[in-house]
Parts: sequence; C-alpha cells; structure tokens
Amino acid sequence: MSQFVLNGHPVTLDIDDDTPLLWALRDALHLKGTKFGCGIGFCGACTVHVNGRAIRSCITPLGAVAGQQVTTIEGLDPDGSHPLQKAWIAVQAPQCGYCQPGQIMQAATLLKDFPDPSDADINAVMAGNLCRCMAYLRIRKAIKLAAAELKDGSSHA
Amino acid sequence: MPRSDMPLRAAARPSSPSRRAFLIGAAGGGFVMAFARAATVLPETSATTLIAERGFEPGLWFRIDIDGRITVNVIRAEMGQHVGTALARILADELEADWSQVRVSHVDTDPKWGLMVTGGSWSVWQSWLPLAQAGAAGRIALIEEGARLLGVAPDACIARNSTVSAGGRSISYAQIVQRGDLTRTYTADELAKLPLKTPAERRLVGVDTQAIDIPGKTTGKAVYGIDAQVDGMVYARPLVPPTRNGSTVVSVDDSAARAVKGYLRSLTLEDPSSTVPGWVMVCAESTFAAMRAADKVKVTWRNDDTATLSEQDVLDFGRKQFADPTAGATVVDDEGVDAAFAAAASTLERTYTTASVLHFQLEPLNALAFEKDGRWEIHTGNQWQSLILPTLAKALGVGEDRIVMRTYLLGGGFGRRLNGDYAVPAALAAKALGRPVKMTCTRPDDVRFDSFRSPSIQRLRMGLDAAGAIVAMQHDASAGWPTQVMVPSFMPKGKNDRPYDPFAIAGADHWYSVGAQRVRALSNEVANRAFRPGWLRSVGPGWTNWAVESFMDEAAHERGVDPLNFRLALLDGSGRNTGSAPNSVGGARRQAAVLKRVAEIAGWGTPLPKDTGLGIATTFGQERDMPTWVACAARVRVDRASGDVRVEKLFLVADAGTIVHPDGALAQMEGAALWGMSMAVLEGTRFENGQVRDTNLDTYTPMRMADCPELQIEFIASTEVPVGLGEPATTVVAPAIGNAVFAAVGARLRHIPIRPADVLAALKQSA
Repeated sequence: MSQFVLNGHPVTLDIDDDTPLLWALRDALHLKGTKFGCGIGFCGACTVHVNGRAIRSCITPLGAVAGQQVTTIEGLDPDGSHPLQKAWIAVQAPQCGYCQPGQIMQAATLLKDFPDPSDADINAVMAGNLCRCMAYLRIRKAIKLAAAELKDGSSHA
Repeated sequence: MPRSDMPLRAAARPSSPSRRAFLIGAAGGGFVMAFARAATVLPETSATTLIAERGFEPGLWFRIDIDGRITVNVIRAEMGQHVGTALARILADELEADWSQVRVSHVDTDPKWGLMVTGGSWSVWQSWLPLAQAGAAGRIALIEEGARLLGVAPDACIARNSTVSAGGRSISYAQIVQRGDLTRTYTADELAKLPLKTPAERRLVGVDTQAIDIPGKTTGKAVYGIDAQVDGMVYARPLVPPTRNGSTVVSVDDSAARAVKGYLRSLTLEDPSSTVPGWVMVCAESTFAAMRAADKVKVTWRNDDTATLSEQDVLDFGRKQFADPTAGATVVDDEGVDAAFAAAASTLERTYTTASVLHFQLEPLNALAFEKDGRWEIHTGNQWQSLILPTLAKALGVGEDRIVMRTYLLGGGFGRRLNGDYAVPAALAAKALGRPVKMTCTRPDDVRFDSFRSPSIQRLRMGLDAAGAIVAMQHDASAGWPTQVMVPSFMPKGKNDRPYDPFAIAGADHWYSVGAQRVRALSNEVANRAFRPGWLRSVGPGWTNWAVESFMDEAAHERGVDPLNFRLALLDGSGRNTGSAPNSVGGARRQAAVLKRVAEIAGWGTPLPKDTGLGIATTFGQERDMPTWVACAARVRVDRASGDVRVEKLFLVADAGTIVHPDGALAQMEGAALWGMSMAVLEGTRFENGQVRDTNLDTYTPMRMADCPELQIEFIASTEVPVGLGEPATTVVAPAIGNAVFAAVGARLRHIPIRPADVLAALKQSA
C-alpha cells in the first residue's frame, strides 16, 4: 500500500513498494505521458517531479515517494500551456515526441534553478535527456524562449 | 542508360494513379473522393452508387463532411516527420481548402490502401501527384456545383478557403456538399489532364505552418504503440535467445520466477513463420512483474555456429568476396572497365569500413495482440504494414483478411519499424494463451533483437591516365542485405542477372563522370546468417558515401587538386549523369550547384585556426531515381594530444525540388544531419559472438545536447518534383567530418565511428 499526491490529488495504490514509480504511473494509474526508454535512468524519458525536483521514475521505487508530491507531464499545467509547452510548440521542437514529456519536465526544473540559462547550463542540466531524433537545437531554443517569457511575465507582475 | 533498379522502384510504389479511375460521390451525408480500379468502373455506373455499394473502396483519400470539415486519410506512419501535415497540405492546396478545417487521419491497415510503407524518404515524393490530383478533382467538382447553385458559369467562379465565389456572391464547400450533386467519374486520362495549380498559385505548399501532430507531443496526450491497452490483457517480456536465427529452447526453469508476485507463466513460442526462433515469453499481471520474473527464468538454449560469429568475421568475408572477380551483382558495369584499368598510368585503391549501428529508437519495441470476433488486432507502431501482415498471417495460421493493424504514433522509427518482426511474438503468445498479450521489451531486449545496421567493408579503385584524368572506377561493397533477408522479392537484378539489395548499394552509383565504371554489390552471407541486417536511416547511402566521398577527397589530395574543384569538374552532367524528367532534371549539375553553395556559405578556402579544418562532401541522397542533391561542409577542431574530434559547425545545402512544409523539411535536415554526425564520431557498436556488444546507454553513446554543433542549413529554391528529406542529410556528414579531420591535422580516417584512438593512430601514421 502506497500513498502520495499525484498532480495535486491524493492517490493510494495497492502494489509493491519496490515497483518503479514509472510502472505504477503507467500500468496502475494509466497515466501514459511518462515514457519508458532505457530503464536505467540514462535517457530521461521517464522524468517526473518529486516535490518539484526532476527524478527518473524508472529507477525510483514507489516506496520512495510515499507522502510526497509527484507531478507528471499531465499535471505540469492544467491546460497544457506551461510556458515551456507553449515554447515547444512555437519552435516546433518535437519530432517523434517520445522523449519530450521528459525533456519538458527536466527543463521545468532547469528554469527554476537557472531563470536565465546559458548554453552551458542547458548542456549540463539536459545532458541526461536523450532525444533520438536529435532535436536538440530546437529544445535549447524553446528553453530560452520560455525563460524569456517567464522573465517578461515576472517583470510585469 | 536504363537503370537496373527500376523494377524495385515500381514495386515499392503504390499502384499508379493512371491505372485507376477517380470517383466523387455523396456518401453518409458527406462527400467522398475515391480511386477505383479501372476494371470496376463502368461509364454508366453512378459514382455514388458504386461508392455506396463498395463501401468507399478501394482508395478513399479524403472526405468533406456537411459541416465543411475535411479529413485527409494518411497511410504513412507518423514518426517525427510531421508527414500528415505535409501530405494534407498537398491535397488541401489543390482543393483550395480552408486549412483550419483540415484534419488528418492516420488509418489502420486495409487492403484498399494498397502498399503501406513509410520509409526510403519516399512519402512526399510518392504522394505528391495522387494527392494533388485528388485535390484538383475536388476543387473542379466543387466549383462546377457551386456555380450551378449560384446560377453562374463555372468560369466566373473562383475557389478559395473552402468557398466558391462569383462576383459578390459566394457559397461555402459545406453548403455545396449539403445541397449539391457532386457525383463525378473521371477516367484515368481525364484525371491525368486535370489542371494542377502552377507554383505561383500555391497557397499552402511552400508556406510554413505548425505541424498538426506537435501539440499532443508536448502534453503527454500523444498515444504511441507502447501506450496501447485493452481490458484483460496479459503483460509479457521476451527472453531473447543468444542468436537471432540459430537458437532452440532446450529447457525452461521458472521455479525462481514463481516467487514473483503477478507472475503467470513462461511460454516457449512455436512459430510457423520462423520469425522468432528460440523465443520464450514471460507473462505476468503487470509490465514490471513480467520484467522482474523474466530476470529469474532460466532458459537453456542450443545454438548453431552463429553464436561464435563476430564483426571481424563479417569484414573478413567481405575481403574474400573482393578477391573473387565472379562474386556479387554488378549494378553498373560499363564496357571496357578492365581494359581502362589495365591501360591506366596509375591507380588508387582504398578500403573503408563502418561499424554496426543500433537503431535505438527511444520507444522500446512493443506490441499488443488479441483476437476479437474472429479477427486479430495488432496494436503497435509500424512502418511497413504490408511487409509484416503476410508473416503474421503465417504465424497465426489465418488469412491476412483476418488481421488488422491499428495505427499508433511511433516513438522513433529510423527504419527499425520497417521490420515488424516484433509483432509476431505478441500475436503468438496471445494465440497460445487465448488472451490479449501486451509485449514490452526492456531496452536490452530491444537492442538484442534489433535489426541493426550491418557493418560494411568497401574497396574503391580509380584508374588515372598520364595527365591525371580519371579513366575508370570500381566500387565493391559488402554488407548484410536487409532486403534479401526480409523481402527478397523486392530485389532487382544486376547487369549480370544476379539479384541485389538496392538499399545496400545505392550511392556507389554516383553522378560523377569517372570514365568506365563498375559497381559491385556483395551480399555478406556471414552477416545475413548471423543477425537480421536492418534498414537504418539512409541505409546503404550511409556507408557507400562514407567510402565514395572519403575516396574522392583522397584522390584530390593525391593529385594535388583542391577537393572542391576536383569534385566540381567530375559533376559535369554528361552521359548518364545528364538527368531526366521528372525526378532528376538537371542531373549532376544540380549536385554541383549545392556543392558550390555550401562551399560559399562555409567560407571554403579561407584560413582557419590551428588544428581546425573544413571538409566537404556531396551526395544525391537515397537513390538515382529520386535524387535529393545535398552537400555538407564540416568544421572540426582536432585535439592532437587526445585525438578528440570536436565538430564545431555543419553547413548543409539541399536541393529537394519543391519544398512542401518548409519548417518540417528543415527539421528533417537537422535530425538527419545530426544522425550522420552521431554515427561518424559518437555511436557504434560491435557484433561479438552472436550479439551486439552494447545493449543500453551505459555504454552506447549517441549524441547528447552538449555534442550538438552549430547548424547552418539552406534549401535551393526550386519548383521541380518534391523528393525526399528524411535521410539524405545523413549521407554527407560522416565523410565531410572525415575530410575535415584530414584538413585539420593530416590524419586520414577510413572507419566510422571515428574514435580518438583512431585519430591518434592515423596521426602517428601521417607523421
């Protein structure tokens, strides 16, 4: 039995605590936006937030998130229009799109830590997110665009 | 000169529209347009009746509903190329449709679609004319009917934005569909004569738009094959045997797995199609239980000798083939090649190799299979449904008409999903259990079951006369042949009447004028037996051009000629390199143009910092019958101490004819070029004792964000036939990088991937 808060709603799951969070989300909760890629935490397709930090859900056991706040791509923004999601569309970043939920979730924490990220910041923080279509330049561009929008938004606030 | 690869091209294309009649008729309250086989169309039969009787068969391209919504049916797989957007734009432009009303439907399999394949960079090229004609036929019918409803002459009307207007009056397509009689039948001749818009009249083609598939890919709502589920399904993970083709199960011990909660059982598959010999499927009540249980199931296999074969055996076999002048299929074999070599004042000979490369599409292989109401459903992302359906039928022991493949987004294709072998084990397990089975491979399972890019070995020879002019060239290439292994009926015959895999040799039949030429395609039987060679983004041109373009550079330097001028002089557009309508108008001269342009934008000839070099390469993309002219200049910096090659910038210029969806085309160029770079300096594996050495990202190292160089990409403005863009940029990058390394530090590399140790070794040799 495991309890945590998923995208703002409490959930209780009656599955083993050592089940990776990824498979709890996908198989038990049918939230399929979080993707399986490598299973060893090296590709980033399964990235979700636990208490606002990006983690690899394929190597995070369910027991480790008990009582924590888990956010998936489905919960990043209620309308799917987080500045990163808008920027991803504006620069037409996705190709096959399979890695993109993980890229966006990783980028969301990047912007918290580096509101005005340099190329080096982006290279470092996004290093663990593989894009097999190699849409890296557009991902980089989208991150900067979203950073600019967030900055604009906060300066007008 | 007629090219021997023509029969394949015909086979690979959908039925020619010229063999079909075209129907428009009312159906289900809407309005549909369909192609019908000529034999089924009688002049006096109303199209509406025919469509109604035949349930829209056989080839429904689009429909307009009474609310004006236009649905374009797309038979190509969406795997990152935004193909639905490009194809719908072709049709909607001719139709003068309101783009905001256009939807794309990626359809499930049905015989009415004809050949379903997404590969070869073919989609836009293949679909251009039939979709444009379908749109034009719709436009003309809507104008005629709109004119009648408005009480004016059709000549007085124009169609724009899903509306027919005359003077100050107008009627929408939705109203015409509601009120008009759109029944039309076109003969094949009439269809061919339909007036298509001139390039200047196009409003959607060539104009940027946001791709229809992208928003869902940013929210987690996009549905891939791995996301498919059905009530009551069993989850399965395979135990992939030690060899691809030569393993049989001796015993299965699942005693330890029984302790895993949710474990159900392990199935040894009986496969009448021989697609997955030696496979065991571990079934459980969840994905994770299947994965964990599979780790605890012990299988003993009996293996054949392929369990002892390695990459070196493949290369050694290739060398033996080179030494046998009777081996292989001759794809080009001009009169007098041997005499020209014999008479040559000097010859140059070099050997090039490429390593095994994994597809590593990010979505691991998966499939959901079940039988429902006497029909099998296969839910998975796939690139060549027409290829795997007969195999599935054989495996399941049912007719193809009893199987439907449901279409999903592909979390990467890159050619892996042209080979639909992964659908077979799910289907066999579902049949054995009598329950739906969802197979999900772990990453190592996926990689060990990959039909990876075969290692290759190539020998190139050039004969020169006393003045240094090239008088003869021979290119021998040996690699595993995907087409021979998976679809031998697709193989055309060479000049010596032997079949060959065109995808494994294209590129060697280049557009340089080099005197008497011979191209020999050698099927590497060691590779074909030891694993299942696959089609991987750009396929043969990914290795043949590594050889051709490195060799051209070596030849230029041997002769003391600038590598750019050396190539331009050979791209003279003479003889067989003149080009022909419709696909290769301009021939080698268009290739020369992209090469010149890339040299310009890259600043060819200007001084560079120490240990920094610029290298060039040019190709015609995938095949002579559909040339995408492309050129690359790579700027690299080499660290002489470590051997590290840093690719700083790639410049690319492409002439792909008419560009349908410019930003999508650019994205394809970007991705294809970076794939080329990744295979040149970052990723590659080795086949060792029946298996690839690297099975996950802990040791397999494709490009990451920080590896990404600056890109500068241009298209040549053109109104020629639109050709392919998914792969061509992949073919030029590796040789451009290799040539740049030589320009930077004088080290010549003849193997990809280029590793620091190779650079250090080459530096030592050049010193």
